[in-house]
Amino acid sequence: MSEPPSLGRDDVAHVAGLARLSLSEEELDMFTGQLARVIDHARDVSSLDVHDVPPTAHPLPVRNVLRTDDPCPGLDRDEVLAAAPDVEDGRFKVPRIVGEAP
Amino acid sequence: MSAAGAGADGTSGSAVSAAGAGADRADRAEWETVVGLEVHCELETQTKLFCGCKNAFGDEPNTNVCPVCLGLPGSLPVLNAFAVELAMRIGEALHCEVRPSSFHRKNYFYPDMPKDYQISQYDEPINVGGWLELPDGSRVGIERAHLEEDTGKTTHQGETGRIHAADYALVDYNRAGVPLVEIVSRPDIRSSAQARLYVTELRAVLVATGASDGRMEEGSLRVDANVSVRRVGAVAFGTRCEVKNLNSLRSLGRAIDHEVARQVALVEATGTVVQETRHWDENAGRTVPLRSKEEAFDYRYFPEPDLVPLAPGSDWRARAARAVGLLPSARRERLAGLLGGAPTPQQVDQVHVVVAQGLDDLVVAAVAQGAPAGVALVRAANELAADLGAALVLDPGIFGRVAVMEAQGELTATQAKAVLAELLAAGGGDPAAIAAEKGFEALSEGSLAAVVQGVVEAHPEEWSRYSAGEDKLAGFFTGQVMRATGGKADGKAVAAELQRLRR
Ligand SMILES: [Zn+2]
Repeated sequence: MSEPPSLGRDDVAHVAGLARLSLSEEELDMFTGQLARVIDHARDVSSLDVHDVPPTAHPLPVRNVLRTDDPCPGLDRDEVLAAAPDVEDGRFKVPRIVGEAP
Repeated sequence: MSAAGAGADGTSGSAVSAAGAGADRADRAEWETVVGLEVHCELETQTKLFCGCKNAFGDEPNTNVCPVCLGLPGSLPVLNAFAVELAMRIGEALHCEVRPSSFHRKNYFYPDMPKDYQISQYDEPINVGGWLELPDGSRVGIERAHLEEDTGKTTHQGETGRIHAADYALVDYNRAGVPLVEIVSRPDIRSSAQARLYVTELRAVLVATGASDGRMEEGSLRVDANVSVRRVGAVAFGTRCEVKNLNSLRSLGRAIDHEVARQVALVEATGTVVQETRHWDENAGRTVPLRSKEEAFDYRYFPEPDLVPLAPGSDWRARAARAVGLLPSARRERLAGLLGGAPTPQQVDQVHVVVAQGLDDLVVAAVAQGAPAGVALVRAANELAADLGAALVLDPGIFGRVAVMEAQGELTATQAKAVLAELLAAGGGDPAAIAAEKGFEALSEGSLAAVVQGVVEAHPEEWSRYSAGEDKLAGFFTGQVMRATGGKADGKAVAAELQRLRR
């Protein structure tokens, strides 16, 4: 393949950071190689002439899957909160958040 | 959450402190304010955007949740048709092109979304292009108005209550998945006053389409402002900062003024503004840095595989267009028409208030019942607007009866206000019964004339001064008449009687 590598080690470290994954040096090397192969595989498509092909938003030839605006019962709160690691005042208790909502 | 597509640019750590009102007027005259606004509007649906959970404000925490909006494995979103309908109405009302669209996942780590992504529209929004004309005749371009889901509500717990000092947070997912339309304006706004006017008019449009209840104080409408400055005559835009946490029109205006002064001082001192996201601190009256451009979120948008494209047919689009009610400009014209003749400046203001608050149908109904438009208008603009929540659910017939009673002299203005307040507090009732209960019997014309005559005779010195043209004494006489009648006299009738006696 004549094109430059699709993905570098820094890219993988960045994406891992976004996904809150902590990777060792060895893992970074391993995933850089694996992910680069995946992306190169997808890049094969760019060798095809697709200028006459309309963009695809979804593989299924289906549109407008909709429901009417009718309420239906959800889950019982006690049941929901029972699955949470920690709870206070009927709400999920989560660790201190650094920074503000995006 | 900020807009898809618009990007969250930001930065922090600027060395120059906020300028406050420091930049003086002479300097400010060289600078032009440039503002674009992002308005998040919660839609008035029964259910959430992708599940059948109730869309309700103020319910017990985590009682309107299900596997879909909690992001439990194996659950699948299904789009709410009425949310699409309301989004299309908004698009039509803002003169947008309503288009086929698709959904993306906006990925980020924050506990306000249990899925760790928000479903939004990215490169194919439902509404594109458009404009909103403001009452002053200016026009603000609309970039896009897209559908997305709201996030849950996090409450930070800690000694100071401040985010950075919080020990932990509590999360309520009742709001997670509530349908939103985010309306992104072009950077066409040139002052804080125009920004306030834009939000006021947009709010009225959203209420008129049935898409929103317009309650900023409940978070139904939330505003972020992109602010930059440039020298007057410059073509290129300056570096912008996005200001968040604008929870009222007052905050919006103050934050823009503060941010413009800060940026002008910054450019004059250092020649440049650092692109960043800032947080409006209402109590301190200033913006503080939230994140830098370098710290900006990388949302890794990708197409939502669980949702198929949306392409409403022309029939549905036409139905949505027809469902858009009378827009505020037309509503203002309708009220002006009922007033007949040229409205006074006060009436122009009253018309704006009444239409902006969605009270104009009540005025129209009162006029149909026989009330003069001017009387109904002033009561709507003052008494109804003062208790908006109650006014919007008041039986129009009841309001009409009060306006008719006032117009026919059965109630004085003061009495009509008291009766209305009582009706609003009770959520309805019989105006005549309330008036009787309060002992409101308007004075007949004859007995009023007698009281006025008596007051005049009791104060000959003041009367001669009033007769000689000292108009401010009218207030003195009116006060005396009110005292003599226990407040039952109609101020206008007293003024008319005084004028008559003076002639
Ligand atoms: Zn749900």
